[in-house]
Amino acid sequence: MRKIAIYGKGGIGKSTTTQNTVAGLVELGKKVMIVGCDPKADSTRLLLHGLAQKTVLDTLRDEGEDIELEDVLKAGFGETRCVESGGPEPGVGCAGRGIITSINLLEQLGAYDEDKQLDYVFYDVLGDVVCGGFAMPIRDGKAEEVYIVCSGEMMAMYAANNICKSIAKFGKAGKVRLGGLICNSRKVDNEANMIEEFAKKLGTQMIHFVPRDNMVQHAEINRKTVIDHAPEHVQADEYRELARKIDENKMFVLPTPLAIDDLEKLLIDFGVLN
Amino acid sequence: MLLRHTTPKEIDRKALTINPAKTCQPVGAMYAALGLHGCLPHSHGSQGCCSYHRSALTRHFKEPVMAATSSFTEGSSVFGGTANLVQAINTIFTVYEPDVIAAHTTCLSETIGDDMTAIIGKAKDDGMIPEGKHVIFCNTPSYVGTHVTGYANQVSSFVKSFSTATPKKKNVVNLVAGWMEPSDMAEIKRLAKALEARTIMFPDLTGVLDAPMDGKFHMYPQGGTTVEDMKATGDSKFTIGLGPYSTEDACITLENKCKVKFEMVDIPIGLKATDRFIMSLSRHANVPVPDDVTLERGRLVDLVADSAKLLYGRRVALWGDPDTLIPLCEFLVSLDMRPVYAVTGTPGKLFEARMKEILKNVPEAKFKSGERADMFQMHQWIKQEGVDLLIGNTYGKYIARDEDTPFVRFGFPITDRSGHNYMPKTGYQGAANLVVQIIGALLDHEDRTCPEEKIEFQM
Repeated sequence: MRKIAIYGKGGIGKSTTTQNTVAGLVELGKKVMIVGCDPKADSTRLLLHGLAQKTVLDTLRDEGEDIELEDVLKAGFGETRCVESGGPEPGVGCAGRGIITSINLLEQLGAYDEDKQLDYVFYDVLGDVVCGGFAMPIRDGKAEEVYIVCSGEMMAMYAANNICKSIAKFGKAGKVRLGGLICNSRKVDNEANMIEEFAKKLGTQMIHFVPRDNMVQHAEINRKTVIDHAPEHVQADEYRELARKIDENKMFVLPTPLAIDDLEKLLIDFGVLN
Repeated sequence: MLLRHTTPKEIDRKALTINPAKTCQPVGAMYAALGLHGCLPHSHGSQGCCSYHRSALTRHFKEPVMAATSSFTEGSSVFGGTANLVQAINTIFTVYEPDVIAAHTTCLSETIGDDMTAIIGKAKDDGMIPEGKHVIFCNTPSYVGTHVTGYANQVSSFVKSFSTATPKKKNVVNLVAGWMEPSDMAEIKRLAKALEARTIMFPDLTGVLDAPMDGKFHMYPQGGTTVEDMKATGDSKFTIGLGPYSTEDACITLENKCKVKFEMVDIPIGLKATDRFIMSLSRHANVPVPDDVTLERGRLVDLVADSAKLLYGRRVALWGDPDTLIPLCEFLVSLDMRPVYAVTGTPGKLFEARMKEILKNVPEAKFKSGERADMFQMHQWIKQEGVDLLIGNTYGKYIARDEDTPFVRFGFPITDRSGHNYMPKTGYQGAANLVVQIIGALLDHEDRTCPEEKIEFQM
């Protein structure tokens, strides 16, 4: 079983990319579980065709600790197993602790056990690694591969660089490695070349360049992945390609994060600031 | 040897404290809250915090300590403690009927960022706080400061929540009591009464943790500052803060809120500190010092003079809280003793400054405060050059035994002796008690250990 965490700056398209990629893996005949680690609980919306999931933490709060796996796990597109950890309302409590609680609980409930015969587990984690809780998916041998969704925008790269710092840190003690950057295009000038170069400097690869296409928005409005909504569309093929590349990926590294000066120089060299 | 791992050689430590001279903030917040009449302390956190803080107080006072808890679970840590506290407030006012709930936070509720103002506001909006009842709070994360900080924060919250200035000033002096025993507060009140000064003491632990046994259980004992008195502190003409670490915050808050000026004095332990307190009270309450008090002082001076040969030059190591250590060291110097080592876990620059001044004629003295001051290091100092006497809380008994050194128990907590909360250490009378205890410890040790041919009938 391969355990994969998807990180990236907030709003970069992690959940969309993850779910579309998972749909691609499903087409390859893989059995996949997806664990949403975002209090907004929207990491499985496209696979479940709506926010149909009761989160782990809501269940924990309402029903106490005596929870069955079936209470929190729902089957989505292509028999994907969908879980949302959930979390508190904005500004209250501790979302980081929520992720820790929820992942521990899923382990106790045997969500990842051999008998489930999973090929992949995906953790879709919100934004940056802001505290210990949000690092939970890459601690203690949980996720072993991380893909960072980014774009050619400065803040997205800045966040990606920060995430690499935590992978480098946790990777030293554990098994977590960086599998690559997924460039979710924002149509920034020279974007692909810049991310290729950025990936090289981090010691990794740009595993795929996902072009921007309005079909993604159409599919989202219909609460579906592109592969589900418009299987013949070129964008569906892009996600299939990304899924195939992840499936065949052999490049797992401890990243070498850049100093801020180097990161800014990269942006200047590739002409974004001109 | 109980502490056989303690060696004279000091190794520079940054990441380790051994036997720190401090405990959690909420222990202080809980203690101070009991000094408000009809008040139930409430710990906003997990049950274990509340249990520990209650038992820390019970072990010292040998009395049950009532307190409630928000009983955080895993769910409360994630979703925040609002629901728990609102429910707790409702339950407490329904079942236990206090006048005041004094909530304090814990490490957990601080870290997840529970907004106490908003939660208590919600409880009020939801009608959980009956008319005429109060819910107050203070923030007491234990990873900042110590039990003394928690005490200070609670005392400040009394002022923030209650003190009110009306147009009519009263000829009353507020006495803000620092962390001391109920008996110490009683002695200060007795002196104030002897001066015929009108005072309001807060917090006031007398009649709470030293309440008489009458065969009945009193959830809220007779003692404690009443809410009415607490409100009236805003109309007093002056405030005297006893112990800067535990009361200065409250004094400043009261000055800002109600324009009551204040003076900071030490907790009146020993001759000079008691003199300063009496003079301050006499001046600000505009009352003369009566002959009775002068006579008490004279008797103390006589005792000190009679005992001079027994006390002169004796080396002492001390540990505890800065508000009591400072005047205590000053008193030991008055007794011609040499307070050579002193540690307190409570941080603050004032300790260093005051100790430097007090110990200017004891050049060999070593003292340290803050999170890296610990009793292990003090013990190492003792190993390097011994002392004749130890003064501090029960945590020093292992050192006393290993070093076979006389030991006077003083401070918080004292868990292995009784009477400390009945025998005052403040005022002239309290200073005399201290001298008697010190001489007793020194001479008992000498009588027990000196060679037979040296034993004396009269000493």
